[in-house]
Amino acid sequence: MTLTEAPAGYRVRDRVAETRDTVTLTLEPVSAALPGPQPGQFTMLYAFGVGEVPISVSGPAGLPVLTHTIRSVGAVTRALCDAAPGHLVGVRGPFGTTWDEADAAGQDLLLVAGGIGLAPLRPALLAALAARDSYRQVTVLIGARSPSELLYTLELDRWRTAGARVEVTVDKGDAAWRGDVGVVTQLIRRAEIVPDETIALICGPEIMMRLTAQALQAAGMTADRIRVSLERNMQCGVAECGHCQLGPLLLCRDGPVVSYRVAETLLAAREL
Amino acid sequence: MDTSAPGTAWRLPAVPGLNDLVSALRSDGYRVIGPRADGGAIGLGEIESAAELPFGYGVELAPGGYRLRRRTDSAAFGHSAGPQSWKQFLHPPRERLWSARRSETGEFAAEPADPDARPLAFLGVRPCDLRAIAIQDEILGAPRHPESGYARRRAEVLLIAVNCTEPGETCFCTSMGTGPRAEAGYDLLLTELSGPGEHEFVAWSGSAAGEAILASLDLRPAAAVTVGTADAAVDAAAGRMGRVMQADGLRDLLAQSLDAARWDDVASRCLTCGNCTMACPTCFCTTVQDSTDLTGDHAERWQSWASCFELDFSYLHGGPVRSSGVSRYRQWLTHKLGTWHDQFGSSGCVGCGRCIVWCPVGIDITEEIAALRAEQDGAGTGDLP
Amino acid sequence: MTRPELAEFATHPFVRGLAAGYVEQLADRADQVEIAAGQRIFGELGEARGLWLIRSGRVALDLQVPGRQRVVVETLGPGDELGLSWLAPVPRWQFGATAELAVDAWALSSAAVLGLCDADHELGYQLTRRLLTTAIARLHAARIRILDLYALPESTP
Repeated sequence: MTLTEAPAGYRVRDRVAETRDTVTLTLEPVSAALPGPQPGQFTMLYAFGVGEVPISVSGPAGLPVLTHTIRSVGAVTRALCDAAPGHLVGVRGPFGTTWDEADAAGQDLLLVAGGIGLAPLRPALLAALAARDSYRQVTVLIGARSPSELLYTLELDRWRTAGARVEVTVDKGDAAWRGDVGVVTQLIRRAEIVPDETIALICGPEIMMRLTAQALQAAGMTADRIRVSLERNMQCGVAECGHCQLGPLLLCRDGPVVSYRVAETLLAAREL
Repeated sequence: MDTSAPGTAWRLPAVPGLNDLVSALRSDGYRVIGPRADGGAIGLGEIESAAELPFGYGVELAPGGYRLRRRTDSAAFGHSAGPQSWKQFLHPPRERLWSARRSETGEFAAEPADPDARPLAFLGVRPCDLRAIAIQDEILGAPRHPESGYARRRAEVLLIAVNCTEPGETCFCTSMGTGPRAEAGYDLLLTELSGPGEHEFVAWSGSAAGEAILASLDLRPAAAVTVGTADAAVDAAAGRMGRVMQADGLRDLLAQSLDAARWDDVASRCLTCGNCTMACPTCFCTTVQDSTDLTGDHAERWQSWASCFELDFSYLHGGPVRSSGVSRYRQWLTHKLGTWHDQFGSSGCVGCGRCIVWCPVGIDITEEIAALRAEQDGAGTGDLP
Repeated sequence: MTRPELAEFATHPFVRGLAAGYVEQLADRADQVEIAAGQRIFGELGEARGLWLIRSGRVALDLQVPGRQRVVVETLGPGDELGLSWLAPVPRWQFGATAELAVDAWALSSAAVLGLCDADHELGYQLTRRLLTTAIARLHAARIRILDLYALPESTP
């Protein structure tokens, strides 16, 4: 894979508005499909003439059809969020390391998602539910800013039916909200973690991931059983532009999924 | 000391020999890039004849200081640490990656950038710079990126290395294990001998392409005593380095120094101008830019040199991760001498000293490393009573 | 009053690890209560007189804000304790509490708990440590929520 290669053309098949600023696009290849991404990986999505951004895959793994959940924060993501079915976007990838949720086979799998962090975790959850019998407990703890910013709300009950325990909390409720209010770490006690028989996957804002990992460690988990998904400025996706460095890691190649054993000291350093 | 170069040593008389060499390269279709005295410094550019080489020019180097000086001899390669390195030819400051046209149906097909017209021959690559090219090969070149512009250019470039017989005041290639003798990776290797009444080169080939060039020059083998003198001159250079850096254990030292007080000290001097990254022969970071014309149907992707000192190099979620000068200087030095090992399996520094010379405030990384070591060795635990 | 079953009471995180004698003293003053969904447990600014150890269900801490109706500031669940404000110099509830889902809990009167603590400072110290741990955790969580980490960042100049 090289930067000299232009993005492959993918057509938008479906567009779902998840929240007021977040959209999930399903993309199908115009001609040859790129290798199907694994849970945790990302692609570089290109809006013609506007630019390219790294977006984690947020749908079922290994398929030629790509699913991406995109938050509109700048010119490129705005263009992608505005793309209607039939519109063409460019794709490079997939890149990066994977969640390796199958490591939890025979044990408990815990996913902790903060905000849009649920999107990169969704492929790991779907893969685990498709092979539900391989795992003991599958638990998903979801934190969001408010009820209107929850993602995939129509799927939560399907996940429960498929055998996942799903707990949701918001930072701020609204008039209609009857669920939990509080930070997502406050749900950890409910997960009834068996510390040395659990693999935890965490994704969300960096501070949220650190606090969650600390809370899991306080509950007895060791850092090597905890994985986080890290982010830095990414441009080439192929480890040659230098932007995505985090200490010794080039996150497009050594991440985004990183063991907390490695991530802990890196995240503790200021401005690294 | 034995010469480490394989094969026969040939004698190349200085001026006619270099003339013939440059002509032979040009008639083989190469654009010859060599050192030229230009605007008060010895830069690198295309030469059409050996007469353009900076015969008799040397340099005076200091932290934040560079002056040309007249040598007492007419050596062509008796200088170091010029403001440019060979990376600008293999890894150009601006490069178009592709352009694409969008059809009415919205589909787009990209055309790769035009290939370069003629292959390049680099005349006068110092061993430190030779190693720098090998380091950039690892990051940008064929094994990882076989289709890249870098790989294309690199496959066709002819490297004529020159052993170092005159290290500069800011050189420390011996500390980094990259010189003063070139070990591998060249097509031709020269050692310059210049002194009263003599000016000649000893030449060795390092590849089939180099072999062919030498064969076309109709040379005589160098006398054993000449080879001995050449080797002795390079050996002597090893003992005259202007700087020293204790290079072992730097990966661990820097990994443990993230909170060192020394970073605040150097940051109070550093202008974050990025000169060091521009002059450094291994710095490779680039920025990718996408653009379109007014119709919106023709797009291009360009790649241009970037520097980790740029404020928005680490832009993420509304602002830079590395905002302070402290964090950006720490990033550069820690990467160059520390995390480069983790990422690419070697040090990123070749000891050429350019960053010391071309820093406007004269920051000397050999001094900074020594200070970091001292701080770590003398470190208290900072524990509470 | 229905006394809790001692072995079960001892498993609640709030009392877990306390000396058996202390657990028993507390259990003797605890009342097993069931609170129906939607029922108000206490109102804001009322006199703070109770500590509830929640066994199941969900309690919402809320506030009536003019123009915003009822605002839920936090929810508590199994394993949590409800009621800290009785420790304040002026013991008044800062927020109200409503059972969002039906709640099973062990209720203690703050007078009884304070009486035990005054009589035995070691117990007082142990309970203070536990209550402080809860307060610190909630303070941390509240501060994190103030940062609004899930929101779009404002561009730094």
